[in-house]
Amino acid sequence: MEEVDVEPSPTLIPSAGFHQRHLGFEWGPGDLLVYETNYKLQGPRSAGSPFVHIVWKDEDICSPILRKLFNESHLIFVGLQKIKEDMPSKNKKSQFVSISKNYRSVIRACMEELQQNAVSTQEGSLASQYGDQVSILLAIELIWNLCEVLFIDAAPAGSLLLHLLDWVRLHKSDVDARAREVLQSDSPAHHQSYWDVVISLVLQGRVDEARQVLSKQASLRAESSSVFKRMDVLLHTMPIFNPTGTQTLTEFDVKWRHWHEECDRCLQDNTFASNRHLETICKILVGDEDTILEQKELLSTWYHFLVTRLLFTHPTIKPPDLHYYAQVHTTSPILLSLRYCYKQCIYHTCVCVCVCVSLWQLAVDYFDHCPEFGRVYLELQIERVPLDTERKAIKVLRICEDRQMSEQVRSICKIMAKRALRNNRLGSALSWSIRAKDAAFATLISERFLQDYCNKGSFTDLDLLDNLGPAMLLSDRLTFLGKYREFHRLYGENRFSEAAKLLLSLMTAKIAPRSLWMTLLTDALPLLEQKEVIFSVDQTYELMSCLEELNSGTKDSSQTDQDEDIESTKTELLRLALARNLAMAIVKEGTIET
Amino acid sequence: MFVAKSIAADHKDLIHDVSYDFHGRRMATCSSDQSVKVWDKGDDGEWRCTASWKTHSGSVWRVTWAHPEFGQVLASCSFDRTAAVWEEIVGESNDKQRGQSHWIKRTTLVDSRTSVTDVKFAPKHMGLMLTTCSADGVVRIYEAPDVMNLSQWSLQHEISCKLSCSCISWNPSSSRAHPPMIAVGSDDSNVTYSGKVQIYEYNENTRKYAKAETLMTVTDPVHDITFAPNLGRSFHVLAIATKDVRIFKLVPLRRESANSSGPTKFEVQVMAQFDSHNSQVWRVSWNITSTLLASSGDDGCVRLWKANYMDNWKCTGILRGDGSPVNGSGHAAALSAVGVPGAAQMLVGATSAGRKIAQLMPG
Repeated sequence: MEEVDVEPSPTLIPSAGFHQRHLGFEWGPGDLLVYETNYKLQGPRSAGSPFVHIVWKDEDICSPILRKLFNESHLIFVGLQKIKEDMPSKNKKSQFVSISKNYRSVIRACMEELQQNAVSTQEGSLASQYGDQVSILLAIELIWNLCEVLFIDAAPAGSLLLHLLDWVRLHKSDVDARAREVLQSDSPAHHQSYWDVVISLVLQGRVDEARQVLSKQASLRAESSSVFKRMDVLLHTMPIFNPTGTQTLTEFDVKWRHWHEECDRCLQDNTFASNRHLETICKILVGDEDTILEQKELLSTWYHFLVTRLLFTHPTIKPPDLHYYAQVHTTSPILLSLRYCYKQCIYHTCVCVCVCVSLWQLAVDYFDHCPEFGRVYLELQIERVPLDTERKAIKVLRICEDRQMSEQVRSICKIMAKRALRNNRLGSALSWSIRAKDAAFATLISERFLQDYCNKGSFTDLDLLDNLGPAMLLSDRLTFLGKYREFHRLYGENRFSEAAKLLLSLMTAKIAPRSLWMTLLTDALPLLEQKEVIFSVDQTYELMSCLEELNSGTKDSSQTDQDEDIESTKTELLRLALARNLAMAIVKEGTIET
Repeated sequence: MFVAKSIAADHKDLIHDVSYDFHGRRMATCSSDQSVKVWDKGDDGEWRCTASWKTHSGSVWRVTWAHPEFGQVLASCSFDRTAAVWEEIVGESNDKQRGQSHWIKRTTLVDSRTSVTDVKFAPKHMGLMLTTCSADGVVRIYEAPDVMNLSQWSLQHEISCKLSCSCISWNPSSSRAHPPMIAVGSDDSNVTYSGKVQIYEYNENTRKYAKAETLMTVTDPVHDITFAPNLGRSFHVLAIATKDVRIFKLVPLRRESANSSGPTKFEVQVMAQFDSHNSQVWRVSWNITSTLLASSGDDGCVRLWKANYMDNWKCTGILRGDGSPVNGSGHAAALSAVGVPGAAQMLVGATSAGRKIAQLMPG
């Protein structure tokens, strides 16, 4: 259906446009910011309005009524997806149908509540808001109804169209009111809506009623009565499929084609040339797309157009045909818009819902089932969900992880890690880096942990460090941190020989950074000074060579004389302790136990 | 559409730019009063100013947020020929109680010889990179190699555009199929170089940016330019604010193997053109999912554009100032927004601002 290109009426921004002529803007999550400004940078300027205005494009969908609707429909939606997987296909259809009807009644209940509110509220703007919300829901219900009839309650051929017609009649009830008005008037045939009513009835396939109204005309004009009689016959003989009758579909089809040809012949013979209204009706009966399109005022919606066209061209259509019809006639604007509308409906629901802070999780489910762009839109929107708390971040993460959105996972974890680091929460920062698999950041945080240890003499976040598990392998520095903490733990538990072995391996396996070797060797001192021999001969030799390796390196020029003194004292102490240990170890290992 | 809320931004002079952060919970405003203000949205939905400080010695034209992966970082550019990078410092606990935060300057970029007209961060997958453009016709791309040390920035590229530049836009696509791409718009009235939009592309081999395309059909001054979010398409969409709104489709052409070292060649198509503003268009911007384009023009309107299933575009919304002056009684009428808590608080702020404005006005 072509939409008339009318400019929407402007929304006015208060106290803007007086001092300065331009409006600046910025897109926000679900809203638009506008402010008065001036883009012409040269020239004299006076101050502008100091306000920044937040404009909502979509109505406030966070109202409790709509929120209830979203929650209920979400439950239904999710339940529906489950059924798709769980049940054997035979039983599914009746379930689907009842779910669908359930869904529509939920929508209708919500609409009624909104309508009541619209009527009862005092405030004008609130009333129109409610009114707009009702229209949106009405559109949703109509489209859903169509989808239900087409895809869910997939009637067999022949009856499908009857269902569709029922639904059009249900939703286009203004025709009845107008018909009554015309018939009850003094001179129905001269009523200004006369022909509109007749055509509307024909468009809805209500041929008997159309005949009834037409008869008012026929009785007036005797000379043209033959033309009217001809039309009456056409309408009277229009075959309507009776699903409960004995006629088969094939028989109906034959009859219908015959009748269709008859209508066409009338057009070819210019039977109705004398009366343009009757000519129009005949063209409609033949299913002429252009003529039907011309009646857009009466049809008012594209789905009405679709149903009418089907009625007069493919009355025996089955749902699978409709899909085929849609695919073959991909350029048909009507069918394109049907598909588009369906997608957009879901998408717009998602976006609206995304905006409402607490309903964003519902949106995700809907996005998942959005054909074509659902995944991309989800990726774009999910990144923007504010990560107010750790709990919320974890919820968002789980959604991303479930869908293998690895880049979004990494990004969210990185943001959380960075935030934790800014606030000096090292444990949290490390957890998040690990989850982000961000080796560089993990290294950085591990360094901070080690610095803290050097300064304070103890580790923080022991729970985390003790339970790193394989995550430790993310970065060398992290591995070292984990193992180093393990060393301290073993020492604390008096498991000295295990501690000793670990400490040595940290140096020999080059896991420990050179800069910390002195610290590690110093950690070895208490082990060397135990009464029992802990380090074996071989181990002692290794420690000695580590110490010498450390000392053979170039001197750190930034070291002060005092630092150098301390270093050489430490080295001396270590050499002494190592030598003593070596002696004791040799004796121990050389002694034969008796 | 309706105005849900009005915030008294309290700048002492014209506001030139407003920028939301990535999550839409923080906002930065900049003004000719040489300052930047940062606003935070509380759990109650109210906006509060948490920082306000002098940033430059001239009008501040633009302010922009870095991606939150890099922390809380802002960049600003100014008439004073500089751009600056700011980082938020986690303050003392009593600061937090007072709801204030501190921003410190990490670096000043002084390479431009003229007013810096735009500043943008590159897409995050490129690292922490900042781009500026100036009236001196140069686009400068800076990088912070160590994201933990924001005081170190190096000038990586200088792109000489031969025309005074007004705006830049990075292609947000992080797909490996597209090398980094930046579009530059010029408001120069020079006739020799008539194409006012240039597109540069990064070359992995030369490690430099080379010009890939000039949009020769855009001959009038360009005031704003913006790539649409990519959405997995193979082609690029670019919106331009010039004497009208124009949307271009850039389709990368398949490289011939001999020419594989040069920049990508594009087929350029006009997707849409709107002249409803009937005047110069100053700003264009896509919403997050590129389903809507907004434009602001000399007619004082902001227009919203949407494409239908047949890629036919139409205007779906218009915003316009009501032309009422800023004063005490004007505000009372303005703040008729539905159910705004704390409206009384805003009114108080508003009237004092109104009085200030009245003082500034001549006569």
